[in-house]
Amino acid sequence: MATLSCPLPRPATDRILLAHGGGGRLTNQLIESVFLPAFSNAALESRHDGAVLSADGARLAMTTDTYVVDPLVFPGGTIGDLAVNGTVNDLAMCGARPFALSAGFLLEEGLSMETLRTIVAAMREAARVAKVPIVTGDTKVVDKGKGDGLFLNTTGIGVVVAPHPVGPESVRPGDAVLVSGDLGAHGIAILSVRGGLEFEGEVKSDTAPVWPAVEALLETGIDVHCLRDLTRGGLSSALNEIATVARLRITVEEALIPVSDVVRGACELLGLDPFYVANEGRFVAFVPESDAGRALEILRSHTVSAGAVRAGTVYENPSGIVTLRSRVGGNRVLDMLSGEQLPRIC
Amino acid sequence: MCLAVPGKIVTIVQEEHLGLRRGKVDFGGIRKEVCLDYTPEARVGDYVLVHVGFALTVVDEQEAQRVFEALRQLDQLDELSENGT
Amino acid sequence: MKFLDEYRDYGAVQQMAQAIRRCTTRPWTLMEVCGGQTHTIVKTGLQDLLPEEITLVHGPGCPVCVTPLEMIDRAVAIAQRSEVMLCSFGDMLRVPGSTQSLFDVKSLGADVRIVYSPLDALQLARSNPQREVVFFAVGFETTAPANAMAVWEAARENIPNFSMLVSHVLVPPAMEAILSSPDCRVQAFLAAGHVCMVMGFEEYFPICRKYRVPIVVTGFEPLDLLEGVQMAVAQLESGRADVENQYARAVRRSGNRPAQERIAEVFEVTRRAWRGIGEIPSSGLRLREAYRRFDAEARFAVEIGHVEESSECIAGLVLQGLRKPYECPAFGTRCTPDTPLGAPMVSSEGACAAYFHFGRRKEDGNPLVSSATAGH
Repeated sequence: MATLSCPLPRPATDRILLAHGGGGRLTNQLIESVFLPAFSNAALESRHDGAVLSADGARLAMTTDTYVVDPLVFPGGTIGDLAVNGTVNDLAMCGARPFALSAGFLLEEGLSMETLRTIVAAMREAARVAKVPIVTGDTKVVDKGKGDGLFLNTTGIGVVVAPHPVGPESVRPGDAVLVSGDLGAHGIAILSVRGGLEFEGEVKSDTAPVWPAVEALLETGIDVHCLRDLTRGGLSSALNEIATVARLRITVEEALIPVSDVVRGACELLGLDPFYVANEGRFVAFVPESDAGRALEILRSHTVSAGAVRAGTVYENPSGIVTLRSRVGGNRVLDMLSGEQLPRIC
Repeated sequence: MCLAVPGKIVTIVQEEHLGLRRGKVDFGGIRKEVCLDYTPEARVGDYVLVHVGFALTVVDEQEAQRVFEALRQLDQLDELSENGT
Repeated sequence: MKFLDEYRDYGAVQQMAQAIRRCTTRPWTLMEVCGGQTHTIVKTGLQDLLPEEITLVHGPGCPVCVTPLEMIDRAVAIAQRSEVMLCSFGDMLRVPGSTQSLFDVKSLGADVRIVYSPLDALQLARSNPQREVVFFAVGFETTAPANAMAVWEAARENIPNFSMLVSHVLVPPAMEAILSSPDCRVQAFLAAGHVCMVMGFEEYFPICRKYRVPIVVTGFEPLDLLEGVQMAVAQLESGRADVENQYARAVRRSGNRPAQERIAEVFEVTRRAWRGIGEIPSSGLRLREAYRRFDAEARFAVEIGHVEESSECIAGLVLQGLRKPYECPAFGTRCTPDTPLGAPMVSSEGACAAYFHFGRRKEDGNPLVSSATAGH
């Protein structure tokens, strides 16, 4: 059964809800209340996309992600593309060059071999484009009815090339907030083929590896303070997570943030806010004000970030809120989502 | 209940079965099939307001301009009074 | 997008805001009836553009918020039946019932589907003849033509496994209920533009005359709302009380006749309970006798336990515009979107959720709490 998105958050939960996987408030609660206390260590405490580790003097980054998407194949990509690019991007967000990936396949009995081949071919191509080998893997099969077709885990290792720590703790008041391109393509691409909500239109997922753009920033000596890729929960979730950890206020301008016409049309039709829709090939970068102009030039010279813009600024304010100046000049808080965004008619 | 979105009618089909009018409506590049039964006067190229898959009115393009005309006039009045002081 | 972007133009909006400032000499309290209008106001920070003297209170135009608790419980109970596929608009999924919401039971395995249109639910009934497809038909008059058509088609095609759980509500009776309350502070209404698109605005003339309140039929974009405010304030400042139509590009005085005819064929007016407000006579719709076989309430006899609202929730006062959400002792603390005590905190149009998400949280030291909202 196609599930649309994540459901009701509840006060004291005695069981896992779909919402716990939504990437918003409940996911964070789960991490804070179950996983962090159990596994506590410095790398984990930094609450960043990946862990930066020191191994005999070498600085490495490591990240893992499990991909669950329905449908497995969608306009612009497959679960395979997401799995490769997503992990490559998480490494990039640590300022690390992707070095190697592993791939773990949890296959549902009955999955079509042709679908599997399509996904694997997509992974090969994505890995080739990202210049990262898939060096090891694992396969398990579960009974029919328990696997949603395919669950895919990729774990990545990278070599940290950023000279200083890249993460929310490095963000400073006055920093410029850059967004690498237009919002919402992935989420809308998925919805366009979901039963009950489908529509026609040329919307393709924006899944892509962002390392080349990040590498260019680092190579030219831009003092990158923080990077975060925009995935579930969209731009809003990424900014909120950073603002909360950094204990600073982030303000963005709606008029500056690009959304393609088709994504806009779909969002209007379904009553969705593009700031909360998922992306798979977009990231935010926090750089000092003085580096902002140069950083934008560099980003715009790479395909994956050709649409980069300056979206906002960081301010001193320990509340850790994210505010938005609307297109018409009013202000509001861009809050963290509870659960995931649902289409509405009212 | 509120969310009605303006879109342009691209095609119109009169169904055999129950005689219903359906059409493809374009919303900024997204196309969706919409029931046009409640807007029998709507033609291809018209803009309609669509709520939960139903066109409920044809947008009156002349009326749509009215507020901008009024604002233009206000603007001119402003300029006049500024120049006057 | 044409007919949207122009009404979100920065220059035009600023100009209209200035026009309002120029004609406002005294404090006025206006109510925008429709939840979609509330959504725009809060999402665009429109209150920031209004002079301090203008207070906007948010009305009960959120059908999600006013759907009776008992109806949510009924939907939840029906959804839990193994043969049922319950289809609903996304808005309804998270609204808390007495103990559970539709999402709760969905995550426990109930077959609950989100659809864009009631016709999608009907299609699911056609393609799943072995399942009982129930559509949760919640809404104001705007949605009634769509729901009427779905039932009408089901009847013509004789689709046996389709039914509708109807909780339709009507706007003019709600406005009257608000106006007749002794605590009513509302001096003018911005009427719900899309409801009037269907029903026209004839019904507002008697209300306007009886209570001497300006009623301006208003659209949903920032420019529409500001123009609506401007027209209402102009009336108030000159002591007039008329029905005016700001949203003339979409609304005609007589409304949409074919839609009204289909509604009248399928539905009839009945009394309805409004969550947080109580029963309002002749304020709802139910299926006519000729279509009663499609009524899910009749088709599925379900056990509803004792129906009880949280004692802390002041939704009724908020919905009538008598309190702002942040004036509720539980707002943002015991009552949040994650832990809602009542419907207005869950629905994206609910005043409480809108305030929570879009930022009038006084205790945050929120720099955005403008003087227009503080102290009201």
